[in-house]
Amino acid sequence: MARIPEKPTTVYMFGTCLVDMAFPRAGIAAHRLLEREGLTVLFPQAQSCCGQPAFNSGFIKEARAVARKQIEVFPGPLPIVVPSGSCAGMMKHHYPEMFADTAEYPKARQFADRVFELSEFLVRVLDVRLDDVGPPETVTWHTSCHALREMGVIEESKSLIRQLEHVNLVELEREEECCGFGGTFSVKQPAISTAMVKDKIDDIARTGAATVLSGDCGCLMNITGALEYHRVPVEGKHLAEFLWERTNGNRKQL
Amino acid sequence: MGTGNSFDFERNIDAALADQQLKKNLRNAMDILVEKRRAVFTDPEALEQLRAAGNAIKRRALSKLPQLLEQLEAKCRQNGIQVHWAEDTAAANRIVLEIMRANDATELVKGKSMVSEEMHLNRFLKDHGIEALESDLGEFIIQLNGETPSHIIVPAIHKNKDEVAEIFHDKLPDTPYTEDVEELTRIARQAMRKLFARVKVGLSGVNFAIAETGTLLLVENEGNGRMSTTVPDVHIAVMGLEKVLEKLSDVPPLLRLLTGSATGQIITTYVNMITSPRKEGEKDGPKEVHLVILDNGRSRMLADPEFRETLLCIRCGTCLNHCPVYVRIGGHAYGHVYPGPIGKILTPQMEGLEQAGVLATASSLCGACGDVCPVKIPIPALIRRLRSESYDAKGDGTVSGHGYKKNLTETLVWKGWELVNVHPALNRLSTKMAGAMGKRLPKVGPLKQWTRARSAPKFAGKSLHDHELEKGGRDD
Ligand code: SF4
Repeated sequence: MARIPEKPTTVYMFGTCLVDMAFPRAGIAAHRLLEREGLTVLFPQAQSCCGQPAFNSGFIKEARAVARKQIEVFPGPLPIVVPSGSCAGMMKHHYPEMFADTAEYPKARQFADRVFELSEFLVRVLDVRLDDVGPPETVTWHTSCHALREMGVIEESKSLIRQLEHVNLVELEREEECCGFGGTFSVKQPAISTAMVKDKIDDIARTGAATVLSGDCGCLMNITGALEYHRVPVEGKHLAEFLWERTNGNRKQL
Repeated sequence: MGTGNSFDFERNIDAALADQQLKKNLRNAMDILVEKRRAVFTDPEALEQLRAAGNAIKRRALSKLPQLLEQLEAKCRQNGIQVHWAEDTAAANRIVLEIMRANDATELVKGKSMVSEEMHLNRFLKDHGIEALESDLGEFIIQLNGETPSHIIVPAIHKNKDEVAEIFHDKLPDTPYTEDVEELTRIARQAMRKLFARVKVGLSGVNFAIAETGTLLLVENEGNGRMSTTVPDVHIAVMGLEKVLEKLSDVPPLLRLLTGSATGQIITTYVNMITSPRKEGEKDGPKEVHLVILDNGRSRMLADPEFRETLLCIRCGTCLNHCPVYVRIGGHAYGHVYPGPIGKILTPQMEGLEQAGVLATASSLCGACGDVCPVKIPIPALIRRLRSESYDAKGDGTVSGHGYKKNLTETLVWKGWELVNVHPALNRLSTKMAGAMGKRLPKVGPLKQWTRARSAPKFAGKSLHDHELEKGGRDD
């Protein structure tokens, strides 16, 4: 685990392209959660995507151009909080890799060292205490591969759920197995990808939970898409949105 | 299944996914192997230290590979082992054939060897009137059934007990049907014994070859490896050139990693260390020992600082066991000798991207393989590198067939993606369009694949950028 900075007064938020386009509520909730801890949250409007789609598809030059842009857009010494283990992993681990042996490396390194996944930041830097005001509810949790293996923040994410007094967390049988998203993998190998997500939603359905939580919108888009297609009445939700709703008492206020 | 131009990955995948029995067999078997490994590596910190040690030993060996191979050759020769070099599998096959002919042998008994699979040795020998007989239980089962291994450690892992019972009953003369494992093993053992009594040449693989002493090390659990290497008059060992280690003291950490990762054992039942043919006055052992050292593209891998890491592999198979793709499609779907994550990086480099580059698409890059690999091969990074070589924008790839996938459509798509994500105005526009038109997008191309068993992604009317703007927050 990297160094834990003192609690700052201001942070950057990198919203991620998926949150931006398809899950804005997760981004707003993340913003609110940080603000509630007394932080000023800066959201540079020129931010876009971490570059992972191109990076994983073999288009490194394009990925590098987009990464360069993000590095430019978040110049200050402030921490960069990201509501996605996958995008955070890309920025923290693969940016320095992509610019290794180039003049841009120091900048990439400096940027990478400031990247935090949201739940990691909430728990390890802000040490948040959550006051659950929602009704009793059972949920389950899907571990995103990159949050687990690149960022190592799953315990932090789950500890936040466990802080919620009236929430019962039922774990999946294969919590750590990939849901089959994998970015372009889902369209380059659709048969394998859909077989994987089918197993995942069967596992989810067996828990009896009405909601499945995750810290990554890529997984969520995949899982909720399959849940809906197979008419499984389980809702998928980003952890940030769930935490905000449970502790704010007013769903509409998002 | 099979290789060459008949390889149709998509069809293989569909067939495998439709096979419910296969699905059950694989899941059960993988769960057991994963659990066994977990039970033997209980201390995560100790495991990390061991992996780092294994990685360092293999790296050191690769850093002076030519020198170590020369030393190995010299030592082996001193010890009376005959050493042969094969640049490709055709050369390796010819060497084996010549040894067979020199000994007037028409049958070859084999211990398990993946390199011999890489050579397609059985088929080659058959074409030359020689029968290769598998003595490893798993290999024996699939050979009876006319199949190839579906796993590099457990070749018949795709079969369950009932299916094995069926095969024995069908293919072995006068064998009554039984599902009793003890009985099945006894039947196989009996068949083996007859073999060893008559066959004059045995062949095995090599797990580690030690340059310092000229020792060939071979691990196994059934004793067939020891039989194949000691009972026949002639022993032929085949190995990839990356198997060489500098010294004997390099063995213990790697051996521990290999057996723990492969089968969850602290040590295998047999650890064979072969350093010479039968010496004067000794009562057993082969009269001749041959070592065939195969390159088959490995030197080219060694020359690339990134791809070189492929050669760290000790063929433990644990990346297969932990792979969410392998567990669903099984080994045969990959259409080549080495399946699973290691196959995805090894096969395209050996066979060229045009033939096998498609294997690199079959990964969600979940990272499970790299996480468990005992010698810390960055498998996901190498898969990415192969994908990039497939498009190879700059034309400086090192893998044969690089750039084979380069096409205008994808080039433009990613160029467009780059523009949209570098220019904020374009980004706003495209997000707005996705929000406005998302529901009306025609289900073609990627979206068609996506919606095979998922509803289409829903784009928000108002993006996070918009919400943030509205809130009037500072943005710098
Ligand atoms: S790549 Fe690693 S995990 Fe896979 S077979 Fe080789 S050594 Fe084992």
